[in-house]
Amino acid sequence: MVKILKIENLDCANCAAKMERGIAALAGVKSCSISFLTGKVIIDAEENGMDDTLAAAVKIVKKIESGAKLKL
Amino acid sequence: MKKEIIRLSAGGAVFVAALIVGEGNAASFWLFLVAILIVGGDVLYHAVRNIFRGKIFDENFLMALAAVGAFCIGEYPEAVAVMLFYQIGELFQRAAVDKSRKSIASLMDIRPEYANLWRGDALVKSDPAEAHEGDLILIAPGERIPLDSVVTDGASTVNTAALTGESMPRDVGLGSELLGGCVNGSGVLRARVTKEFGMSAVARILDLVENAAAKKSASEAFITKFARYYTPAVVLAAVLLAVVPPLFLGWNTFIEWLYRALTFLVVSCPCALVISIPMSFFGGLGGLSKNGILVKGGNYIEALARAETVVFDKTGTLTRGIFRVDRIINADGIEAKISSGFSDDEERDFERGRAEIDEKKNGIEAKNLLRFAAHCEGYSGHPAAAAIRREYERNGGKLDLSTVQNATELAGRGASAHVSGVEVAAGNARLMAEIGAEIPNAVRDTLEGASGTVVHIAFDGVYAGALTVSDEIKSDAGAAVEGLKALGIKHIVMLTGDLVTEAEKTAKEIGIDEVYAGLLPQDKVEKVEELFRKKSKKGKLIFVGDGVNDAPVLARADVGVAMGGLGSDAAVEAADAVIMNDAPSKLADGIRRAKRTVGIARQNIVFALGVKLVVLVLGALGITGMWLAVFADVGVAVLAILNALRALK
Repeated sequence: MVKILKIENLDCANCAAKMERGIAALAGVKSCSISFLTGKVIIDAEENGMDDTLAAAVKIVKKIESGAKLKL
Repeated sequence: MKKEIIRLSAGGAVFVAALIVGEGNAASFWLFLVAILIVGGDVLYHAVRNIFRGKIFDENFLMALAAVGAFCIGEYPEAVAVMLFYQIGELFQRAAVDKSRKSIASLMDIRPEYANLWRGDALVKSDPAEAHEGDLILIAPGERIPLDSVVTDGASTVNTAALTGESMPRDVGLGSELLGGCVNGSGVLRARVTKEFGMSAVARILDLVENAAAKKSASEAFITKFARYYTPAVVLAAVLLAVVPPLFLGWNTFIEWLYRALTFLVVSCPCALVISIPMSFFGGLGGLSKNGILVKGGNYIEALARAETVVFDKTGTLTRGIFRVDRIINADGIEAKISSGFSDDEERDFERGRAEIDEKKNGIEAKNLLRFAAHCEGYSGHPAAAAIRREYERNGGKLDLSTVQNATELAGRGASAHVSGVEVAAGNARLMAEIGAEIPNAVRDTLEGASGTVVHIAFDGVYAGALTVSDEIKSDAGAAVEGLKALGIKHIVMLTGDLVTEAEKTAKEIGIDEVYAGLLPQDKVEKVEELFRKKSKKGKLIFVGDGVNDAPVLARADVGVAMGGLGSDAAVEAADAVIMNDAPSKLADGIRRAKRTVGIARQNIVFALGVKLVVLVLGALGITGMWLAVFADVGVAVLAILNALRALK
């Protein structure tokens, strides 16, 4: 299942790359892509466990760039 | 941002004061300390906080370490300068990113903001997404058309530039189809919604452009990978630089080497690359879509830039897929032209035409051939029949089907009918043979080697002349091929299901020298496979089709380009790139833009890496100071971003 989300206040391109890697490494995530310019996040993950995945993704974003926020 | 500027100015002022007081006394020490806290306080704070969060190679941390390190070894001006330049650079960088984000947002400007929906008798300004199929809307002059709809009242012109990149205004009136995202001209239009917003052309385009960034180019993938190892590698090199030389040269040189190592930390952020490369591709995608070429990802931009073989499907791509009468030949085999249009006085003209036919049968005026043929084929659904009727109407004729009796369609041969008292037969050579109308040798000679479909005409069983009907070549098809040749594309190939003679004539006219004709849809895939084997390893194969019947080839090619994507969902789905209007010449434009985008990305890679490398080498040799390093680092980032913005144009 593919989810398209948005990160607000994404300021650092390298952080976006780190977030992308972090989320892609989560269990159940097939792929993740973050566009620094549009703040768009595309997560392709298993449908069951999607809620956990998204909760973990929110944490990853917060941890890497404290000002940024993944909007669910 | 304003607060930031004030803070940095204040810090800068204290820094200048410290420099004036001069190094080496207590007052200046305190001034430097105050300056660095004002300028870099936030960086230090984030650095410390991030350590507790377990993030060591964070940009803040490295920059803080460099500044604090410099401060500790007594290089006060260096320490403050590093922080100051770093912050100023970040500020510029943010401004540049903001600017490009805005430029990209303005590309997305085609999203209609509201729709004037009729709710009963009241007009309600609503979100286009709330409209349903069948709802009635009103579009005021100058407004953006909110939804795909069909005009129920009013007339105006519509500018489709936002969707097709062409600013030719199109006339619309009752029954015209409107596409959301286009801009209405000076007339008021009432329309009925035909598609919900999510399904409309504009929503699909926006979706496609926004999601295109997800398909990353090889350069982007390389940079992301590179960035991952770059920072740890530079930090490791810094540690070695601080420790190893003193081991051999003596520990009294440690401070000097530590200073050089700190210079390394300053350039340890791969920011310039990480921002500017994706930005180049994103800008490229944006610039392409602004010009009516949608590309579904950065990877396809790279493939387009390396195009070596371009394969065109003929019908609907290089030709309009609409048949047209191109020659009228009389029974003497002489090509006849229609000198003046048909007069309004249809009845009298028919009388005259019949008189002429009664009188001579042979050598009949071109006008009569066309008029009687058009009426004879008045009820036929064959494309050639439609072409003849269109040609008749184009010359000012009016189709009056009340003059037609006993219209019969003769499958595989043509049609016959009684038109205004004349027995007309229009069809192929077989039909002529059946009714006993002999085709004169002069006509056979004229038609020798001709392309297209020939429609022979007989009046009252006597041969009268012929019309040739063929598919019309798009006006820019020649320019399309020329443009590709100018770009150095090695193989330009045309595939078609048509007969060889016809195909070769078309190809010659357009300037294509490699033609494969008589292909069934499944043969096309095979041909493309063959072309794949012929091309070099690095070169890419581009296939251009109209999305009808060629989905497998679109999918097989390195880049499948669909033409006229506005109409067909299937084409947009199957293709990797979509040319929004019907012009094949857009392909050369697209390849040129793709090459430019790839060029810009490459410039940024070489430039940013090159400067970093030079700074590293000079830093290691002790030739560059820290503040020059920071200047180079953030300066490169800003320049690379500005360079990336060029791709948007």
